[in-house]
Amino acid sequence: MSVAAHQDGAARPAERARALSIDLPSLAVLALLILLPAFTNRFVLTEVFGLTFAFGIIALSLQFLAGYGGMVNLAQITVAGIAGYMVAVLGPNTMGFGLAWPWWAAIPIALLLAVAASALIGLLAIRTDGIYTIMITLAICAAFSYFTFQNYEIFNGYNGVNGVTPPRFFGVDWTEPTAFYYLLLAFAALSYIAALYVSRSTFGLALQGIRDSARRMEAIGFNVPAHRVAAYVFTGAIAAVGGILLTWHNGRISPGTIGVGAAIDILIMAVIGGIRHPIGPFIGALIFVCLSTFAMDIVEVVIPRERFKLVVGLGFLLVVLFSPDGVMGIVDKIRQSVRRNSSA
Amino acid sequence: MHFTRSYVLPAIAVAAAMLAPPALAQEKTLKVGGLATLEGVFAKNGEDSMRGIDVALKEYKNTAGGYKIELIKASSDAKPETAIRAARKLIEQDGVKILIGPLSGSEGLAMKDFAKTKPEITFINGTSAAQDTTLRDPAPNFFRFWTDGAQWSWGLGEYVVKVKGWKKIAAIAEDYSFPYTLMLGFALDYCGHGGKIVSRSWVPLGTKDYASYIAALPTDVDAIYVALGGGDAIAFLNQYQQAGGKAKLIAGAITVDQSILTSKGKAREALLGTPAAQPIADNDDSPAWKTFAKAYQDAFPPDQRFPTPSLFATGYYIATKAMLEGLNAVKGDLSNNHAAYRQALSKLKLQGPTGEITLDENRQAIAPNYITEVVEGPGGSMINRVIKKTPPISQTLGMDRAKFLAFGPVGRDNPKCN
Repeated sequence: MSVAAHQDGAARPAERARALSIDLPSLAVLALLILLPAFTNRFVLTEVFGLTFAFGIIALSLQFLAGYGGMVNLAQITVAGIAGYMVAVLGPNTMGFGLAWPWWAAIPIALLLAVAASALIGLLAIRTDGIYTIMITLAICAAFSYFTFQNYEIFNGYNGVNGVTPPRFFGVDWTEPTAFYYLLLAFAALSYIAALYVSRSTFGLALQGIRDSARRMEAIGFNVPAHRVAAYVFTGAIAAVGGILLTWHNGRISPGTIGVGAAIDILIMAVIGGIRHPIGPFIGALIFVCLSTFAMDIVEVVIPRERFKLVVGLGFLLVVLFSPDGVMGIVDKIRQSVRRNSSA
Repeated sequence: MHFTRSYVLPAIAVAAAMLAPPALAQEKTLKVGGLATLEGVFAKNGEDSMRGIDVALKEYKNTAGGYKIELIKASSDAKPETAIRAARKLIEQDGVKILIGPLSGSEGLAMKDFAKTKPEITFINGTSAAQDTTLRDPAPNFFRFWTDGAQWSWGLGEYVVKVKGWKKIAAIAEDYSFPYTLMLGFALDYCGHGGKIVSRSWVPLGTKDYASYIAALPTDVDAIYVALGGGDAIAFLNQYQQAGGKAKLIAGAITVDQSILTSKGKAREALLGTPAAQPIADNDDSPAWKTFAKAYQDAFPPDQRFPTPSLFATGYYIATKAMLEGLNAVKGDLSNNHAAYRQALSKLKLQGPTGEITLDENRQAIAPNYITEVVEGPGGSMINRVIKKTPPISQTLGMDRAKFLAFGPVGRDNPKCN
């Protein structure tokens, strides 16, 4: 399935180097995001931007697989959920549920289990192609969320686990909103840079080659299944980090967080943002979070309050209607027309 | 691809900066949050909850303790995490000082834990009725002026065994904290009087297809206990009738709620004659209930409400009324993290539509309950007729607290009864 456009894949070494160097506008954005706590309230900080970063990281893991690997994997939320659940169950929570291990034991094991799960999902899913990959990963997602729903021994059923907070480390109280915002920002930036870097590495280029023509890559000696599973492992690690951050952000995890609805939400974020570039999922997540948080305030004037989901749906519809490539596609169109005008 | 980095991100940042709210309320306005499920399985119930809040605010002309009350509504979908997100928005973005809600059981459990992280806010439960929201490890700033699922069930078991003579039943209920609580209250009573529950089917909340569950229901039983709410109940009852099911039904409170008795189609017909226990009764002829029902009917046109207020409208009405009465009692004194206000709430003797409601030491309501039966009402409607009104029942169902706690937390198999 060649979901993504190909111009990005053919990055030349010079371009690669340039892309990873820090340019002025992205520095400005980073500076703005770093300064954000100075001029916003706690809600915008954690509930809008914090949540955007957490969702964005999980959506990024989908963007990488779909955009560079041509594999649309709806089970990324499952991998995120395994990591989140393991941190909640193995580590401390206010319910006195689970094992209450210290964070330095719980977090690495949570990450490890999630990445192992991602590798397993990958081993299963790479045997399929296109829409069948979507179906099998959707099935895995549904099965796991129903399992957590009905299992009380490990996952505490529908109630899930409450009172899961980030631990104190490096002498910082990470539950404090500003500190937590910076923690999320740091991991979002790290994941973004990692995805960008890997996409332009030899491995990333081989993966894009496999996306465009698996048979040719095989013919010239690349191990196609190994590359694909490696992509699952890499994106699994990103999703796991996102899952732990999301669990800390919500202070809890329960089956609804990782259900089919959530998997679709992650897909929506990646699609409306654009799956061609790692910044897409973050833009998509920001739009998603803003719409779902503020739609109810917008609609009050226009339609009855109970119908606020209509606005959310219309918002997504408009983006996809005007640009099948998401917001990034719109950006590309503007850029092309600007270039055409200036050259004319 | 540089373009994206150079233009899109600054645009987001600018847009984000504009989102920062100006905040700061006017003097003597008190912001109160109302949280109910306007989405998902319990959407109809949530809409009626909001009506309950509106009726109470109208009764008090939007003022209490010298404050003008500004209500800000928020929605969830019966998932704990959605309820917490909505609560965070109400508190951190909209600046509410008191929060009324949530509606559903597991939302309430999450809200209790969340309340502990917000000691400066007072939480008044809506209709969420899971047991451990208040029974075990309660939050000091969380008040529940409405009874829990076990209290709602009280009296039904004895009635079913002694009057109906149904001694062997099967059960189908949603698989989460609230129906467990309903089941515990029913089964303690029912099994205590010699009844047997031979099978229990637990279905995930929001199940649409009940074919396999219906096929698995035993046929050699006297009746089936159904504890499903909102859309789930309607889906089950429709499919049960289509499958030719003819068994007698026993309903957990919300299964015979007005939201289901007013539904279109055949679902409701299966409920005719169904006994249930619940904290309200549609044809209660006490003056307090009639006054409340009239206020509800006068507040909304007939096509935008149920014929009589549902359990959810009543629960949210009581919560809102308690919130307002508390404010009046302390003349709007919310100083010192609401200390005086919370004291007043704990001591409140609330005159509700069903009688006097008081709180126990865990800030949990002690209130009357009803045994009811579904009958045809005026104009082709269906209502819950009062069979018996039980005196105020405590959360420990009249037992010693230690003895009651020894039954253990609610769950699928608690109590065993086969």
